[in-house]
Amino acid sequence: MADLSALRSMNRLFYVLLALGGLVALGGAYAVFMMEHHGHVISGMNNQIVWGMPHVFAIFLIVAASGVLNVASIGSVFGKAIYKARAPLASLLSIAMLSGGLAVLMLDLGRPDRIIVAATNYNLTSVFAWNVVLYSGMFSLVIVYLWTMMERRMNIFNKAAGLAVFAWRFILTTGTGLIFAFLTARQAYGSALLPPMFIVLSFAWGLAVFHVVQAVIYAWNEKTLDPAILHRKKNLLGVFVIGSLYMVAAYHLTNLYFAHQTAFENFILRDGGMFPNLFWWGYIVIGNLIPLLLIYAPGLGKNKSVMAASLLVVLGAFALLYVFIIGGQAFPLSIFPGYEVSSSFADGQIASYQPSLYEFLLGFGGLAIAFIITTVSVRVLNFMPQDKPYISD
Amino acid sequence: MSDINTQRRQFLKTSAGAAAVAIAPGMLLYQVAHGNTQAASSKVRWGMLIDTTQCKEGCNDCVGACNKENGLSGGTKATDPQWIRKIELKDIGSGRVTSLPMMCQHCEHPPCVDVCPTQASFKRADGIVLVDRHRCIGCRYCMMACPYKARSFVHEPLENQNPDVPRGKGTVEACSLCVHRIDKGQIPACAEACENKAILFGDLNDANSEIHKKVRSVASVQIRADLQLNTGVRYQGL
Repeated sequence: MADLSALRSMNRLFYVLLALGGLVALGGAYAVFMMEHHGHVISGMNNQIVWGMPHVFAIFLIVAASGVLNVASIGSVFGKAIYKARAPLASLLSIAMLSGGLAVLMLDLGRPDRIIVAATNYNLTSVFAWNVVLYSGMFSLVIVYLWTMMERRMNIFNKAAGLAVFAWRFILTTGTGLIFAFLTARQAYGSALLPPMFIVLSFAWGLAVFHVVQAVIYAWNEKTLDPAILHRKKNLLGVFVIGSLYMVAAYHLTNLYFAHQTAFENFILRDGGMFPNLFWWGYIVIGNLIPLLLIYAPGLGKNKSVMAASLLVVLGAFALLYVFIIGGQAFPLSIFPGYEVSSSFADGQIASYQPSLYEFLLGFGGLAIAFIITTVSVRVLNFMPQDKPYISD
Repeated sequence: MSDINTQRRQFLKTSAGAAAVAIAPGMLLYQVAHGNTQAASSKVRWGMLIDTTQCKEGCNDCVGACNKENGLSGGTKATDPQWIRKIELKDIGSGRVTSLPMMCQHCEHPPCVDVCPTQASFKRADGIVLVDRHRCIGCRYCMMACPYKARSFVHEPLENQNPDVPRGKGTVEACSLCVHRIDKGQIPACAEACENKAILFGDLNDANSEIHKKVRSVASVQIRADLQLNTGVRYQGL
């Protein structure tokens, strides 16, 4: 009789992972229940910092969900074989992260029970309302795209579906960037640079998540990734990281050039306490410079260092989003330029924010939803990349 | 006339009487609740002219009146709603000190209405910007979009609400220009409470109104006029 003990232990591991994910998701549900019952007063958010930690998690997941599809697009739209083999996994990750991100975003609402109102009373001028369509459209499109890949009879529509997804995700991330770009009154936002910046950031973050998951799946199946493929993909990650660094630099440099924005930039980049620290150490050093070193330094750039680089890019993403979202709101709104102002409503003051445990529980709950969807799908369907023996392109 | 017919008439009479008795109080209450059934007119543009030279530093009468009228706690924690607040300004160049009340500016082109995904933020025909508390899903995008920080989110369960001003945990709210008072022909609570008459309320469109004449005769400004929102609240002496 064949020895099934290895298989059994893998089985057990799968259920342990599932239980762990479920537990974290349950923690998120508990946070939602508590915030519904007591109100947002138990979160760290307030009338000055109206979007907090949940939005950092949600926006990361949504932006990465769009970016991870890059792998699929390079395969389907530009016809590169090694990417095409990875398109199903990329699509799965996109759906998983979109689900997690949207869950966090919706469950953080003051009245999540009324979410259907967003569909029944649609405001055409609201970029949030556009995003409702963009997110649900993306969801359906990616499912169709997966279908055209995994069902042989649907293969003929694969190219068309791939093109549609390619276009849709650009519009989707534009929509995410526009949420902030349309806020004209706030110094941190209201810049046309934000949509393209979010698109380039999505490339890097999505690919980083993809690398991590791919490495785990290969390890699970006791396979090793072809070094030639790893080499190409890590170079792509490096290019994306450099690209996003460029966009972030352009955003801050344009701000620095406008005299009325200098105070805000000084706050974010130099004087703002934890925000400059998070920006320079968290985003620039940990999220960019060290990953680039791990990718490009001679002798590095192997499996482990690419994995480490990818994890650091994800960490850097959280640091950048925290600075962008929380720091952007913490800096006082300029209502009376040229005046020193004070009031009972924190006018003219740096707003304070202490994220509460519930916000983290909710955020990690979103990550857990993405994790569960990925783990179960990878187990029941075949998402393992199937490379051809010879790479033609 | 047959016996049956008489009985039927009697039955119908009694039923009609009972129905009238049953419905009448409801109709009465409906009348009381709805009061003025006339729709807001777009010929009217409600607004305020605030004379900052008459606004006393440290005086909080308008804020207190607003809190009382609208059932706010008056707390000033970071999570407490504040519909109106006093801002003390100091000109960085000259050091001149000014004090003024700040609230929803009731813009003609309100950013909060633009960004609201569910049309819960809306502008009434007479220029009053309001939140439909039944429609608000609590996304707080309007708070991000408002250039005046005029809006607050209800972070806690509420008690002892004013029946005229229903509020709700998990929704966003702001100065309603005391719309419930305006609809009864009264002026907003803050304007009424100001001893120095620093807050002049009225119809900006009505050529005979005091506010219209004053806006024509004295220099007034809109806050963040560069955003071209055409606010309904104007300031004099800034």
